[in-house]
Amino acid sequence: MATGKVVRKLGDDISTDIIYPGRFMATVLPTETPQYAFVDDAGFNRKLKAKEIPPGSFIVAGGNFGCGSSREQAASCIKGYEITVIARNFARIFLQNSINVGLAMVICPNIEAEEGDELDVTGGKVVNRTSGKSFAIESLPQARQAIIDAGGLIPYARRLLLERPVR
Amino acid sequence: MGMTYVQKLLARACGKSAVALGDVLEPPVHLAMSHENGALVINQFNEIFQGTGREPKVWDPSRIAIIFDHRVPAESSKTATNQKKIREFIAKQGITKFHDIRGDVGGICHQILPENGYVRPGQVLVGTDSHTTTHGALGAFAFGIGATEMASVWALGNILNVEVPGTIKVVVNGRFARGVYPKDLILYLIGKLTAEGANYRVIEFHGETIRSMPTSGRLVLCNMTVEAGATGGVIPPDAETERYLREEAGVKEPLDLFGPDADAVYDQVVEVDAATLAPQIACPHTVDNVKPIGEVAGKKIQQIVVGSCTNGRLDDLEVAAAILKGKRVADSTRMLIFPASWRIYAEALRLGYLADLIAAGAVVCNPGCGPCLGIHQGALADGETALATTNRNFKGRMGNPNAEVYLCSTAVAATSALTGVISDPRGVN
Repeated sequence: MATGKVVRKLGDDISTDIIYPGRFMATVLPTETPQYAFVDDAGFNRKLKAKEIPPGSFIVAGGNFGCGSSREQAASCIKGYEITVIARNFARIFLQNSINVGLAMVICPNIEAEEGDELDVTGGKVVNRTSGKSFAIESLPQARQAIIDAGGLIPYARRLLLERPVR
Repeated sequence: MGMTYVQKLLARACGKSAVALGDVLEPPVHLAMSHENGALVINQFNEIFQGTGREPKVWDPSRIAIIFDHRVPAESSKTATNQKKIREFIAKQGITKFHDIRGDVGGICHQILPENGYVRPGQVLVGTDSHTTTHGALGAFAFGIGATEMASVWALGNILNVEVPGTIKVVVNGRFARGVYPKDLILYLIGKLTAEGANYRVIEFHGETIRSMPTSGRLVLCNMTVEAGATGGVIPPDAETERYLREEAGVKEPLDLFGPDADAVYDQVVEVDAATLAPQIACPHTVDNVKPIGEVAGKKIQQIVVGSCTNGRLDDLEVAAAILKGKRVADSTRMLIFPASWRIYAEALRLGYLADLIAAGAVVCNPGCGPCLGIHQGALADGETALATTNRNFKGRMGNPNAEVYLCSTAVAATSALTGVISDPRGVN
């Protein structure tokens, strides 16, 4: 992973209703969900849609990011902007959805960063170039690595399917 | 080393004599549930098959359940089109456990699965809905997954990369005071554990209070375990589980009932004395912001909601009707009732509960999820406050980020409907 700026700093327990409100759930396709990312955070949503946020930027959050619903739109809408989410920890379903759809995420229990800071994610740690501090990354469960390495669950499941006899 | 209930269940499902914490398994799935988000599952399912030269075919159509409940009847052409696409897929694949928008077999997925006998002790049950945890009430290991994960289940029949979870044992003893319900217990517990306190773990319920609790209350407990971050909640099956499955769900075949090992190792043990609990309220905007009712009584409420997969069952409607019968919903508020299924609706109609609620001024809507997550009826205005028996109070949850939602039991909701302010049901009636 590379270098980028923190474009949004969020607190603990950022729910899927904040990331992708339920009222847009009838929109399902990953190509269509990004327009509603953080839609109730109007300023941020406007910047996203105006492409003012370069790919490789970071959202930095507290604990339990993505708690709540199983809606995969919450992962695919952020993935659409190629933003990496760094959080103290992630809610289970959101974490798994992110791995499955290829949203980059980093578990960093002690992360300290402010909006505008420049971060470098490399070699098992997050380096905050603005503050000069660095923070250890907690590796994702090993069980998930095979899916990440395959480029997401769809290619991974396709490979498993082809290993099985035709029904 | 002894195994917890879910550890034992996973070992049996995978044909192993034992599993250990952190083992990675690919258990076969006994039941895979989806609702309207099946539209995305179908899209991802077809993508898995793309370029394989194989016809997209689900692994076992008898093990897939699809229930329309989130936006019923369709509120927009977009939803109607999603529902149409799902119906066509169901017909093509031969999926039999389908509950369309119908007054005989329809309802909310987390009531439809239990009441139709689809849930069994020992099952591995996954659903594209976070409240799939509900079904642990009948002894299944039931948990929510995303749409792509479900597409993979439909293609392969296994749930991949399940790490054997640790377990928090919750032991509840003592009798609830009059006016205190299982909802108050689970809200209290979420407040104590916090919204991330059970992340990646299972909550296993024990104790006299649980043993003497009917399945309707157990469904409430397991439904909301996800609000403490739990992968699942579970009640080791017992005589009540068997009674419910036989008498209410019409299950005929033999049941495989087992419990955790006596020397099972738990991450944490939490003991609760139910007798000391007051009615509990989850305050905005997190479910773990729980306070005893005394701290928030008197708060003005513009909309009361009774229903959902948490508290829309027959005993909820009975409690609400008993409190409202012959009385009147306060002019300063409005009250919406969403039964959890049409079977419950019909029974509440027969027993006169709905007539009592309507006469008191409540609006009885059709079974569905809509208002709970702000997607179909019951939206809030800017600055309004709702009091609901539902399961989430996140900012924006009821369709408006400039509104507030408080969560409570059905008795608190009904008592508060009479006054228009959060009111304690103890000592009323």
